[in-house]
Formats: sequence, structure tokens, C-alpha cells
Amino acid sequence: MTFDPAVIRAQFPIFEVPVTGGAALHYLDSAATAQVPTSVLDAVRTHDATARGNIKRGVHFMAERATEAYEDTREKVAGFLNASPSEVIFTSGTTAAINLVAHSFGQSLKDGDEVVVSELEHHSNMVPWQMLRNRSGIVLKYLPVTADGRLDLDALESTVTNKCKIIAVTHVSNVTGAVTNVSAIVAAAKAVGAKVLLDGAQRTSHGPVDVAALGVDFYAMSSHKMFGPSGVGVLWGRAELLANMPPFLGGGEMIRSVTKDVTTFADPPARFEAGTPPITQVVGMGAAIDWVSGLDHQAVTTHLNRLTERVLNGIADLGDGKGRIKVVGPQGLQERYPVISFEINGAHPHDICQILDGHGVALRGGHHCAQVFMETMDLPGTSRASLGPYSDDSDIDALFAGLEDAFTRLGVQ
Amino acid sequence: MNDALYHKAVMRMAATSKGAGGLKNPGATATVDNPLCGDRVTMDVTIVDGLITEIGHKVRGCVLCQASASTIGEHAVGQRAEDVKRVQGRILGMLNGAVDETPKPWTEDASAFKPVAPHKSRHKCVLLPFDALVEALDAVKSGS
Repeated sequence: MTFDPAVIRAQFPIFEVPVTGGAALHYLDSAATAQVPTSVLDAVRTHDATARGNIKRGVHFMAERATEAYEDTREKVAGFLNASPSEVIFTSGTTAAINLVAHSFGQSLKDGDEVVVSELEHHSNMVPWQMLRNRSGIVLKYLPVTADGRLDLDALESTVTNKCKIIAVTHVSNVTGAVTNVSAIVAAAKAVGAKVLLDGAQRTSHGPVDVAALGVDFYAMSSHKMFGPSGVGVLWGRAELLANMPPFLGGGEMIRSVTKDVTTFADPPARFEAGTPPITQVVGMGAAIDWVSGLDHQAVTTHLNRLTERVLNGIADLGDGKGRIKVVGPQGLQERYPVISFEINGAHPHDICQILDGHGVALRGGHHCAQVFMETMDLPGTSRASLGPYSDDSDIDALFAGLEDAFTRLGVQ
Repeated sequence: MNDALYHKAVMRMAATSKGAGGLKNPGATATVDNPLCGDRVTMDVTIVDGLITEIGHKVRGCVLCQASASTIGEHAVGQRAEDVKRVQGRILGMLNGAVDETPKPWTEDASAFKPVAPHKSRHKCVLLPFDALVEALDAVKSGS
């Protein structure tokens, strides 16, 4: 059956909302946050309307119901990642998941131990490691990037030494859309006995992830990037690693017993889920996983590749066709997702995005929380179009029309 | 709505880029960043007998930021630090909906930024050069 984005789009009420000047919404900012389908909106409302209670320790009907819904989602996440539910920790998002590892796993690191991140990382996978470096004696090293916005795997051998204890890199870049060659990273890590953390924030909207097959040790993800509510995410970690990690936050739900002098901690995953979690949002994330899992990913990928190719080919011909726009990142479809960054000679990304907003086009401009990458590439920032399964040709048409208008208004020569 | 932001006066101010370039021997320098977008403004200033005698700026920013820096390059020379701070406060007020009371000789250029008021995410673009200048002026005052 032919993939029809209109069928997908109809499931997202946001597209009925007119935007600036009454224009139709052309949402090309799914890498920042994806839109939410009706099934997720319904699940969130239904949970709060019929099953709202605090989880785990209550014995009443609603507490039991809420706990069941919460733990059901843990099972769904485990299935989505091909992992065990006991290895799934709910966090407030990818950022919190990575901070958890940097704090907790980080406590096992000693002076002179090395942590490797890359120049391509989102700040959420860079700053927590810098903070660890600043409070400990570890050494933070950066894997360089190639000219087309990928991790420079040729530099792995010189960067990853036998002092390395963990490599923490993006699975899919939020700036360039480049997909990381995970097997190369894992091989380099295993050769020196290091662990691997993947920042999966940009990957999970494209279908299930097999952490066992990837061979990684930690995986971080966010609900709102995969059509679910904001405020919730997941850290997956190998059971044997989690078992030996101290808690990150202290409070209710994460203890075994508490006395005036001594507290003993629960086993994972509870050890890492202090306080009342975002229960409703977790339930919404479960509905989002159902929704993503129900997609025909081959058909969606074919659709998104066609649209991505339109963008990559089309923007080079805009203006007078003299190549005013340069794609920052992979120039083709190989090992990339539909996140397309570009710079326009003589035009600032914020001005571009502001003018495109007048066309109803939601585009993101700036450093995309990747200032080190921008500095490395000597760019002030980029404009970024990121697609979702609801994207269609009208969005790309509007993007091109808006860019032509921006060229005229900003006097791009 | 966006049409109003990029009107002729703003585009002219940005293109003119009055005061662009660093000073050879500034009395003080300040660099400020907009953490939201990574834009950066460096403002050099020289003061003699309490009056600004020279202004030079380097802007890595959008049209609004460039236009704002250009406005400073146009009008700051001959002013005192407190004059500039008053203008900064009036522009901030105007962006937040107050009546435009920017004093002369800034009045006309400052009014070009009125259409920015509804776009809160862009206020910082206009204010960044003023923040840099005030920081530089404070550095002169403190002798640092």
C-alpha cells in the first residue's frame, strides 16, 4: 500500500491551527520537538480522568491502576529497545538521563581516567561530562568531526586510549542528521574496555532500537522527540552496570530502608527514580511508543528520503542558482536522517527563520545547542529543517517559497 | 507581522553598520553573548572627560542586532555613560510595551525597533549591543 502522509497528518490536530497571518502550519522543527497524535493526547487525558493516583505504595484502586499503567510503559520501552524492563529508568528526558550516568557512573572514575565525547554533541551530552571533569580528575577528550558533519572515525585510534572508560556520542546528530557508525564506536571502546553511551534523542522517532545488537551500555532518549509528552525520557543501562552505580538523586521511592543514620537503596530501576515521577507523561510516552511502533517504517523512510532529497537538491537552485545555500552535514541520503542544516551566505539564521514564520514555516535557527560544532565549522549558526512522518510536499514548497522571499527581503547577493 | 520587522530603516541601519570594526586602543572592551542563538557582540569604547569619544563594534548577529549596533555607532559618541544607560532602559521599556520615550538624538532610530515588541524571542537581538556597551562603560568606570 502506498504511504499517504495525509493519513498520518490527519492524526495530528496541531495542523488545524492557523499560525502567523492565518497561514497553514508547515512544521519543519520535529528535531526540536515532534508533534503529538490524537492517540497520545487521548491517552494522557484518559489516564488523568480514569486512573490518576500516585504509584507504587498506595493500596487503593487508583494507585493500583496508575502503577499498572506506569509499569506497562516500562515494559513497552523495554520492548522498543529490546531490553529488560529492570534496565529501563524513567527520567525527565535525555538530558537528565545523561546527567545520571555522568554523576553516578562517573563516581567510579579515577584521576587520569578518560571520557571521550565528540565535537558534534548536543550540549546535553557535553556539559555533564565537562562538569564531571571539573569536579574530578578525569580527562575529557573530543573526537573530531569531518567536513560533512560526521564523527571522524579515523581519529578513533588516536583519541581512544586504554585510559578511556566511556565514550558518549550521539546516535543521530541533531544538527546534521548524520547517523553514527555505532559498530565502529563500540569496537574502539571494547578494545580498551570502555563503555559506550548513545544519545538517542534524534533516533527513536524513527522506530525501535535494538540496544543488544548495537552493543552499547547506556542509551538515552526523550518522549517529546518521538511524538509523546515533554518532561519524560528514559535511560537504559546494562543491568550489571546499573547494579553497581550509586543513586543520582535521593528521596522517596528509591530506598529500601531509612534510619537516622543509614539509608539503604532499592535495586535498579527504582534506585534511580527518586520522588514522584511524571506518571501521566510516562503513560503518554507509552502511547507514543505504540504509535511509532505501528508505523510502516520502510514506507515512512522512503517518504522522508524523497522529501529530504527534494530539500537537498532544491535549495542549491534557489535564488539565482549560484549556490547561495550550503548544506552543513551529509550532502546525500547515505546514513542520514531528515534533519537538514544549511547556511545562507550573507543571511543570519534568525532572520531567515523569522521571515519563514511569515509563510507558516516553523524552522529552527541558531547553534542548536551545539556551539562546539559551530565553532569547529566556523559558523555562527545554521538554519535547520527537520521532518516528521506528517511532513509532505506542501511543507517543502512552502520552505522554498519562504527562502526565495527571504533572499529578496534580506538582499542576499 | 514579520514584514514590519525588516522595514527599510532597519535594513538601512544594518547595511550602514556605523561604527563597525574594533578600536586600536580602546579604553574598555566588553563582549557579550546571546546564549539562545550564539550571537556575539564586542563593543570597544573610549571615554575622555566623561564623554564617549570613540565607539567600535564587532557583531556576529542578525539584522536586528546589526542595526542596533549601528545605531550605537551613530549616536553614542558625545554621550555620557548615564545617557546610554537611559537609552538602553527606554528601548527595553518600549520593547515591553511602554510608550517610546527614547531621547534625542536616538529617537528616530530607536523607533525603528518598535515592531520587534511583539516578538519576545527577538528582544535580545536589539538589546545585545547595548548590553555590551554598558558593560564596557562599567569597565571604564571601575577601571578594570
